[in-house]
Amino acid sequence: MSTQLLLDGVNRSFDGFKAINDLSLTVEKGELRAIIGPNGAGKTTMMDIITGKTRPDTGRVLWNQSVDLTRTDEAGSARLGIGRKFQKPTVFETQTVEDNIALALKEDRSVWATLFYRRSAEDTKRIGELLELVKLSHVADWMAGDLSHGQKQWLEIGMLMAQDPELLLVDEPAAGMTDAETMRTAELLRQIAGKHTVIVVEHDMDFVRALGCRVTVLHQGHVLAEGSLDHVSSNEQVIEVYLGR
Amino acid sequence: MLSLIDRRMGIFLAGLFLLTVAVPAGNLVLAGQPVPSYIVALLGKYLCYALLAVALDLVWGYCGILSLGHGAFFALGGYAMGMHLMREIGARGVYANPDLPDFMVFLGWQELPWFWHGFDMFGFALLMVLLVPGALAFVFGWFAFRSRVTGVYLSIITQAMTYALMLAFFRNEMGFGGNNGLTDFKDVLGFNLQADSTRAGLFVLSAIALAAGLLVAKAITSSKLGKVLIAIRDAESRTRFIGYRVEEYKLFVFVVSAMMAGVAGALYVPQVGIINPGEFSPANSIGIVIWVALGGRGTLVGAALGAILVSIAQTLFTSWFPELWLFALGGLFVFVTIFLPQGVLGLIESRFARRRKPAAAKEASA
Ligand SMILES: Nc1ncnc2c1ncn2[C@@H]1O[C@H](COP(=O)(O)OP(=O)(O)OP(=O)(O)O)[C@@H](O)[C@H]1O
Ligand SMILES: [Mg+2]
Repeated sequence: MSTQLLLDGVNRSFDGFKAINDLSLTVEKGELRAIIGPNGAGKTTMMDIITGKTRPDTGRVLWNQSVDLTRTDEAGSARLGIGRKFQKPTVFETQTVEDNIALALKEDRSVWATLFYRRSAEDTKRIGELLELVKLSHVADWMAGDLSHGQKQWLEIGMLMAQDPELLLVDEPAAGMTDAETMRTAELLRQIAGKHTVIVVEHDMDFVRALGCRVTVLHQGHVLAEGSLDHVSSNEQVIEVYLGR
Repeated sequence: MLSLIDRRMGIFLAGLFLLTVAVPAGNLVLAGQPVPSYIVALLGKYLCYALLAVALDLVWGYCGILSLGHGAFFALGGYAMGMHLMREIGARGVYANPDLPDFMVFLGWQELPWFWHGFDMFGFALLMVLLVPGALAFVFGWFAFRSRVTGVYLSIITQAMTYALMLAFFRNEMGFGGNNGLTDFKDVLGFNLQADSTRAGLFVLSAIALAAGLLVAKAITSSKLGKVLIAIRDAESRTRFIGYRVEEYKLFVFVVSAMMAGVAGALYVPQVGIINPGEFSPANSIGIVIWVALGGRGTLVGAALGAILVSIAQTLFTSWFPELWLFALGGLFVFVTIFLPQGVLGLIESRFARRRKPAAAKEASA
């Protein structure tokens, strides 16, 4: 296997507060990885660093063993093949569900190509499939702003899939979903892993168990423990700072 | 092309077409001249304002760029045209100097400044009408959008831009006629600017430019690029994360809009007969925002309508109670912002929709 993503000795502070503290992490191609940790552990900040939203103070962030991710911006990381789902679902509220998917669809993102873009039959088919996948076909022509919280989560997952990224960064996908939906999300992520690399942040332990993957525990911007869920949940420190609360 | 003309656009263009036929006919053909010449010039001026409002709506309504400096692009287009009209005066000026405009002779200048060269050619001037505002927008936007200046900060620097230009153009040494600006134009392409037929021609051209501007803006906003613009307006950061270089999109639409404003300015100047630094005044640029907000932001047609309605109101009001106009405008603006967030167009459309089919209104507001 080859390494998809490498973080090595990454630090980042905000006004003297160390949000990320000597963080090192390796994720292999095709791997499914869960990240857990208490509020404020730096999970979202880590994703901000990977996607070029936040620059680390020190440390290396390498994509495919070659590209330096500390130099790319958000659009640049997206174009490399990093897709992101946000903790707070953000969809384009005043546009239809279908248009939201269409905007995310993997296409040439340049101004000219976008101006003269004509939707091909193939694209229409792909959009239809994605809407089907996230069970939003019946509301395809709704404004995204009119969806429920859970539906917005699904729409974001659909947009993420539409980008067909190599790496998916998924921040708390299950928030606002019913138990059945949560399990369906876990199932979906397991299916796409292998072909894609997936990193999921989640607090819901049933969800993490359902993912059945390697787990990294983050605490105060540092990796506290790593291994199977059973392994990390028997770790004294992990119980103390996170699970035992 | 036809697909760009929805109901709203269709009705507006049909109305504009009727006006374009009726006004020149009433002025030139019908006996007794039911449309006096000053009305032709006045309406032509309103159409230029309408085009300017459409230009602003393109960036503000669709991409969230609240430019408080769009008057600068309008004025630059106007100056480019004004410079050509000055050159066309030739030796017919007060000083009868065939090589220099009157104000340069008055300042004791010996030769034409380099940046006035070429403006004797109409085609060159037309090119500058597009290029000068476009280039300013490009340079300004390049720095502003790349540094991710947004919201109020962007509005403030656009306002500063037009203010700085106003101060610069006031100076005689700049070579644009200083305080007095450019005026005393005689003719354009050999047509006497005082002649009714020329004025009617300029009116028709303004109407055509407005229609073309509306269609170009509509084509842009209904393309996929238009959807990206709305995405930027509503969730800029999200748009970046799906791989769109937001600054490139903003730059594109800002430059197109500036060029459109330049065309409006170029058509305005021969109809009012003067261009001076007052056109750069920050208040003018704020006025454009008010037109768009009143008419209905993000509707294009509403912006055009807003510009025309407010300008008519201004003309009437300033002849009845000149001192009260600014208060009336301010009051109207507050009223519309609070009670008609969709602007006048939103009000009209919801009236019609309610009468026809209650369900349609719900859909429109959703
Ligand atoms: N841009 C920023 N400016 C200042 N502080 C920040 C910034 N981003 C993150 N932080 C701080 O860094 C710390 C880590 O935050 P982060 O959002 O990464 O935590 P998290 O692990 O995602 O938590 P949660 O489970 O609540 O989502 C927090 O204390 C937060 O306030
Ligand atoms: Mg978080």
